[in-house]
Amino acid sequence: MFTIFGIPSAALFGQLLLGLINGSFYAMLSLGLAVIFGLLNIINFAHGAQYMMGAFVAWMLLNYAGIGYWWALLLAPILVGLFGILLDRNFIKPMNDNNTKRSFVMVITSVLAMVVITYLGVNPSLGFAISVGIGVVAATLWDRFGPTFVALGDQHVDHLYGLLLTFGMALIIQGVFRNQYGVSGLPYGIPPQLSGGQNLGFMFLPNYRGWVVAASMFVCLVTWFVIEKTKLGAYLRAATENPTLVQAFGVNVPLLITLTYGFGVGLAALAGVLAAPIYSVNPNMGADLIIVVFAVVVIGGMGSILGSVITGFALGLVEGLTKVFYPEASATVIFVVMVLVLLVKPAGLFGRAQ
Amino acid sequence: MNRSGLLSAVAAVALLAGGSAQAQVAVKIGVLNDMAGLYADISGPGSVVAARMAVEDFKAAEKGIKVDIVSADHQNKPDVGSNIARQWYDQDGVDVILDVTTSSVALAVNEVTREKKKVFIPSGGGTSDLTGEKCSPYTVHWTYDTWALANGTGTALTRQGGNSWFFLTADYAFGSALERDTSAAVTKAGGKVLGSVRHPLSGSDFSSFLLQAQSSKAKVIGLANAGADTTNAIKQAAEFGITQAGQSLAGLLVFSSDVKALGLQVAQGLVLTEAFYWDQTDATREFSKRFAAKFDGKMPTSSQAGVYSSVLHYLKAVEATKAKDSEKVVAKMKEIPIDDALFGKGSVRADGRAIHPMYLFQVKTPAESKGPWDIYKTLATIPTEEAFRPLNEGNCPLVGKS
Amino acid sequence: MANASIAIEPPLGAVKREPRGTAAFHRLIFVGLAVLLLVGPFLLYPVFLMKVLCFALFALAFNLLLGYGGLMSFGHAAFFGMASYISAYSAKVWGFPPELAILSGTVVAALLGTLFGALAIRRQGIYFAMITLALSQMVYFFSLQAKFTGGEDGIQAVPRGRMFGVLNLANDLTLYFVVAAIFMFGLLAIYRIIHSPFGQVMKAIRDNEPRAISLGYRVNQYKLTLFVLSATLAGLAGATKAIVFQLASLTDVHWSMSGEPVLMTLVGGLGTVFGPIVGAAVIVAMQNYLATLGAWVLVVQGVIFVVCVLMFREGLVGLAARLLKRPL
Repeated sequence: MFTIFGIPSAALFGQLLLGLINGSFYAMLSLGLAVIFGLLNIINFAHGAQYMMGAFVAWMLLNYAGIGYWWALLLAPILVGLFGILLDRNFIKPMNDNNTKRSFVMVITSVLAMVVITYLGVNPSLGFAISVGIGVVAATLWDRFGPTFVALGDQHVDHLYGLLLTFGMALIIQGVFRNQYGVSGLPYGIPPQLSGGQNLGFMFLPNYRGWVVAASMFVCLVTWFVIEKTKLGAYLRAATENPTLVQAFGVNVPLLITLTYGFGVGLAALAGVLAAPIYSVNPNMGADLIIVVFAVVVIGGMGSILGSVITGFALGLVEGLTKVFYPEASATVIFVVMVLVLLVKPAGLFGRAQ
Repeated sequence: MNRSGLLSAVAAVALLAGGSAQAQVAVKIGVLNDMAGLYADISGPGSVVAARMAVEDFKAAEKGIKVDIVSADHQNKPDVGSNIARQWYDQDGVDVILDVTTSSVALAVNEVTREKKKVFIPSGGGTSDLTGEKCSPYTVHWTYDTWALANGTGTALTRQGGNSWFFLTADYAFGSALERDTSAAVTKAGGKVLGSVRHPLSGSDFSSFLLQAQSSKAKVIGLANAGADTTNAIKQAAEFGITQAGQSLAGLLVFSSDVKALGLQVAQGLVLTEAFYWDQTDATREFSKRFAAKFDGKMPTSSQAGVYSSVLHYLKAVEATKAKDSEKVVAKMKEIPIDDALFGKGSVRADGRAIHPMYLFQVKTPAESKGPWDIYKTLATIPTEEAFRPLNEGNCPLVGKS
Repeated sequence: MANASIAIEPPLGAVKREPRGTAAFHRLIFVGLAVLLLVGPFLLYPVFLMKVLCFALFALAFNLLLGYGGLMSFGHAAFFGMASYISAYSAKVWGFPPELAILSGTVVAALLGTLFGALAIRRQGIYFAMITLALSQMVYFFSLQAKFTGGEDGIQAVPRGRMFGVLNLANDLTLYFVVAAIFMFGLLAIYRIIHSPFGQVMKAIRDNEPRAISLGYRVNQYKLTLFVLSATLAGLAGATKAIVFQLASLTDVHWSMSGEPVLMTLVGGLGTVFGPIVGAAVIVAMQNYLATLGAWVLVVQGVIFVVCVLMFREGLVGLAARLLKRPL
């Protein structure tokens, strides 16, 4: 056996493989973030919270409905994706349209509902969710029966506001889950079909980790293919460049955008379900990850689908190597890379300079 | 802005029964801990419940002591914690602060208490510096400290044959203190330390570090970290088959709430030291069941039990001195022996350390467990004299004087 | 679109030409503020007020950069925190008197600001923000690794000392007036900067950078100067904070600390002179009052973010400015 920089090569291969596994989480999360940014021009800071929700929904499906891992893999992204669509419809879209009256109706109704529900003595987390739900219903009714609202065309709302809005949503989601489930985390087992592992000679690879890499590569590939190579993807890309024109061609642009957000959120939730058996399912699991994933997207080039996937895997590897040579810095190395990349290539590795 | 009720408004609970007009002393107890963060399940709102139970069980009102309890969340931030402590002492008339998880916050509150000459009884906060170099005449350290945990687990495991160690250490002062103390205990007991790896705080992936620990071929992997870091590391160690391959894990700061979160399937076999477990004696079982009835069916953790018994001991001292003068009360607390239903017999030393037996537990296998809370079996009892750092080794300035 | 800069929509407060009497009106506000500062400690807990003032200064410094330069920094915690460490260390270990401790913290923040600024101003918009974030993460890492910072325990029990050898700062009230003076100094400096020719050029750059370039302004030099000024004032706030709370810790350099002034500025009103002060008062009071609520603090903060963005994008002071039809 030979050594590289004093580390046995076998150990190094092991570490690189582990880096790749982590990279697949980064890739999947940054993919969702990049899709949302590229197509909606929103920096979705709630991505970490939505990843956490994916893991929690899987846990809830198991504990409240007896639905196991494989169905959760399908159901959790759909449920969380639908939740994302609700968020888009009721928060992000009104913000983009600057539809303050609608928001006003929603907030006031929610607050009133909260007061009544608190008085009734319902569990606070549930009460909060119900009140917001009532607010959303009221706002939807307002859309239908209130004075007609005409958005001022395609006005550009600053990134900062989208970021702050989604950051606020992330805080709310995390807070509610913390209240309900505490922070120690909840147990979620590895599905029996994937327990055990393979002895690769240089390391012991749990079957489940192998599955994670395969699944995420598959998802990334499919997403890239749909967006870059299909007609639907072409509509999407065109709609983000010039929504008015695409709308004139008879494409339902608002629907397209909403579905895209739902899809991006669903990707985060899928990553959450994949993570549930190996990381602890707790409300904070996405909070620290989001900054790193955000960095991955920036390094890859904001909005570049391929860039985010490749960068995700690559940074997993870089981080894996750091864990061998200078473990303390493994959480910081990504930021060092980011500064270097941005100074050399202003639009990120795969971004289009404008 | 109401000047007096800044923090206490919500949680203030007057426990004085209407009829007892004979109240002579009024004390205000502040429970300050992490109510929602990483350590909320270790102490959190449960500690407030425990403090209330202590006041009721002590029958304070009948003994002429009026007790108010307030609580607040320090969010694990020393600046937030010291700020609240300052305000409680200055504005809200708090006499004693309890619990204070997270060492950095406990140290900050320790300083504020020293300056304001009040009383501080940490239970959830673990650093042994509180009774070492930073010891204060106003502080009584309850429940456990890092030295006791490190010593208990390090010594006992090494004696039982786990004589080579590798550490997974959280890269911050608390982690390295745990590693240092445990290494010392291991070496003293005749074992040796093969190495360690430092991981960033709250990193979610530990597989890489675990692999390094595995290739060290150490018999024991010591986890010198806390909270979600520890639970993640344990979970992933099970996944990578590290425990099955014969290496054992030792949690240096693990509580029963962490074990609950992991589930026995994953945590089985883990060895750890704690000061209290609900299923030890009739008295602990009786207390724990009453506690669970008031707290969503959750059994108390050692920190929460520590808050209960420290409130009892404090109130005893207040009753004995018939005043709440800090110096006198702390002196009295050090004078009267602890005879506690939960922690057994012990005393408070000159450096402020409350001593009592500690226990080495092992997490049961799912087959051994008879109920959702049946999680530990006792491996060893560490007697009071050996459980804590010897008085003269802590460099506490108070020790030389008295 | 991808590199769309964080060009803030011209804040409603900053009407192109200030209506007549605005300067006099501002003078009135300054007088009112001074009176409030004088009376404050007799009505409210001084330590709480000092916290508000430190954070208000921090938010003002941040707003100077974003509101008047259009530069969104995600790394201001680095200046705040590093100044706090240096101030605490020099006061505790080297025995500096408080005025020198605060000064040395501020100077270090200025130097750090020069370094960060030189790197970050080469990029615009979100990339600018990300570079500042990344650099401040490195400062966090350095603070975690360096011996002198004391890890997560921080530097505790920092002596407050005697200012200029006479003022005993151990007394909360004395310290309060010193902090109030520092705050007033910072506020007046910022007001002066905004209304100077330099400030006018900065606003021009914010609103239309290519045009400012074509007019012959050396845009990068202006940006760098503004960045350093902002970093210095953030440092001043951090250094003062260390003396007030006798503590400097990792919280001060953590990335979430960079989010605090953003929240305060947003609530108070972006690009208004007085907005950050109001925002800081609201947020700090909320954190104080809600400390007993546990995890609900998070929810309440989130709700404030969401409601502000959806309904009050101009912030409290921005709203007042619109009603009064005067920039505030």
